[in-house]
Amino acid sequence: MFNNIVEIVVNHWPDFLEGVGMTLLMAMIAMSLGTFFGTILAFLKVYSNKFVVSIVSGFIEIIRGTPMLVQIFIFYFGLPVYGIRMTAFGACILGFIINSSAYQAEYTRGAIQSIEQNQMTAARSLGMTRNQSIFSVILPQTIKRAIPAWTNEFIYLLKYTSLAYIVGAEELMEKAKVIASRNFLFLKIGKETGNSWYGNRQIKKIASKQKLKKLLKKKEKLKNMKKVA
Amino acid sequence: MPLLLKGTLVTIEITFLTLAIGMLIAVPVSFGQVYGPKWGKVLIGIYEKVLRSIPGIVILFLIYYGLPRVGIQMSPFLACVIGLGLRSGAYQSQIFRGAIQSIDSTQMRASRSLGMSKMQGFRNVIFPQAFRVALPPWANEFTIVLKDSSFAYALGVTELLRQGRYIISTTYEPMLIFLTIAAIYFVITFTLNKSLQALETKLIIPGFDIREKIQ
Amino acid sequence: MSENKHILRVENLRKSFGDNVVLKDVSFTMDKGETKVIIGPSGTGKSTLLTCINQLVKPDSGTIYLKDINVTKAEEMNKIRARIGFVFQDFGLFSHLTAMRNVMIGPVKVQKMNKEDAKNLAYEELKRVGLLEHADKYPAQLSGGQKQRVGIARALAMQPELILFDEPTSALDPELIGEVLAVMKDLADNKMTMLIVTHEMGFARTVSDEIIFMEDGVIVEQGTPEKLFKNPEHKRTGEFLFKLTELYGEGDE
Repeated sequence: MFNNIVEIVVNHWPDFLEGVGMTLLMAMIAMSLGTFFGTILAFLKVYSNKFVVSIVSGFIEIIRGTPMLVQIFIFYFGLPVYGIRMTAFGACILGFIINSSAYQAEYTRGAIQSIEQNQMTAARSLGMTRNQSIFSVILPQTIKRAIPAWTNEFIYLLKYTSLAYIVGAEELMEKAKVIASRNFLFLKIGKETGNSWYGNRQIKKIASKQKLKKLLKKKEKLKNMKKVA
Repeated sequence: MPLLLKGTLVTIEITFLTLAIGMLIAVPVSFGQVYGPKWGKVLIGIYEKVLRSIPGIVILFLIYYGLPRVGIQMSPFLACVIGLGLRSGAYQSQIFRGAIQSIDSTQMRASRSLGMSKMQGFRNVIFPQAFRVALPPWANEFTIVLKDSSFAYALGVTELLRQGRYIISTTYEPMLIFLTIAAIYFVITFTLNKSLQALETKLIIPGFDIREKIQ
Repeated sequence: MSENKHILRVENLRKSFGDNVVLKDVSFTMDKGETKVIIGPSGTGKSTLLTCINQLVKPDSGTIYLKDINVTKAEEMNKIRARIGFVFQDFGLFSHLTAMRNVMIGPVKVQKMNKEDAKNLAYEELKRVGLLEHADKYPAQLSGGQKQRVGIARALAMQPELILFDEPTSALDPELIGEVLAVMKDLADNKMTMLIVTHEMGFARTVSDEIIFMEDGVIVEQGTPEKLFKNPEHKRTGEFLFKLTELYGEGDE
């Protein structure tokens, strides 16, 4: 058993490394954009009018109340209905960013409100406008306070990037089905995809498999034709 | 539609079984963490750390695809419930431990000084207080488990999401079906959170600030 | 006569925490109806002594007798603790229970008294400490002085043979100390056996039958208040009493 593990690691370390790189990349993109949008949402929730607040709160509630996987499926399978197509990778990243924004918005809102209480009055009493107070007094402190939460958020994201696997597999299956139906090669391709399910987590790696790639283009054409019809 | 209902039931089943297994683990484990011997604390600490840092899907794959290597084979549903249950156990035990430890140590000393045993002190004094402290984070864990029950999809369990995929393969209405599924999840989490919040309010003790303890 | 007439007999008690020796060879006795006050600089093991008596802290060596039971060797310690009341510096009231239920919980859960009787008993004890009108309040809604009086009522409800007080007024605002001391004085007048650790010199002087002066884990001197205040045997006793009296005053009594 132990030998096996060592063997696998030794023989496949570039694959593992690539996988780790991909995971980190996804988490980092999601993290930075999530923080950006999350902060905006948080400030909107605290400082804008009732209408905007209710929209923002509704959005946050819905995102936090539904599984990320369902959201990603909506982007990946649902949006193409309206002509918006994206790769599995793109759909996942979008899902991560939106989720991260919603969660971070809530933490940050908490931070703003706790700072707001005494700092706003102090800033206003110095003669600052509301916007000046928000940007030069509240915001810097909020960010400082949010930093510890970032570690947690990043770990959370790292773990959830594994969802990409499911969507990636879906993408793969879809392709396989098309190929199979065109070539009546169920058995062989079934085996092929089965192997990649185990072996390679990377979506792009599979897509680059020559045999698949060729057929893929035809498939896309076929799909588009179907839609028009 | 009845298919989605069927899927919803499976999702709820997974959620409840996961939470139940998690609680079965978490109660003794959190007890061990607070009152147990040192080696127990170390072991439990490792269990918590490991299960909390591995992604849920990876745990499921380890159990479903990995365990057969050592001769343990189980159905996707069982693998899912056990895997998520083990993970939820780690999270729940952390919630319970935090809640127990947030209760001031004088409470136990006072119970003991009245002649209560450790067990009596826990049951009559520590538990009723810790329960209230644990309720909000536990409600949160409930939501997380419900949402993560969708991981079962990856093992091929026909829960809500997979049921949806099957429907789509015949109706070609991905947007409509997935939005409906999202709505179902949302309605469940929403009702759940609201009812647990109502329970929280009902159990409120004047002057006993739970939020203060959670910090 | 025999030693059995003592309610409490402490012999050669020793306790250390790591290298820190807190109690070195402490011995004393208490008789029924006696009020004894333990005084001494902080960190001299007074509180440890009390917690050793009800075995919340296990002493390293020495013996403690409650009447003729050897507490240090007792198997059913919970039953013995039920006979010794304990009043905490930080009150130790159960936060999730009303004042009434705080007083009831001991009799109901430990002595298996039925709820109706326990309620009547709690009613009496709360009346005794003057808190009937606050019976349905939760600890967080009470002032420090009121909390401590509930703490005393809770100890009383167990019908203890002895009550240990661990600095019962130290956590209180000055204006709230009086109400607690008044309750304690009332108990002393009614011949409750009490062992009290306190810095309240006025109380010690007027209410106690005997004062025990402890320093560095040993009893330096013990005797009637009269003797300790007027002509102590040890120079150190006089110095300490003088300092405390200056700090806390002689009290109102």
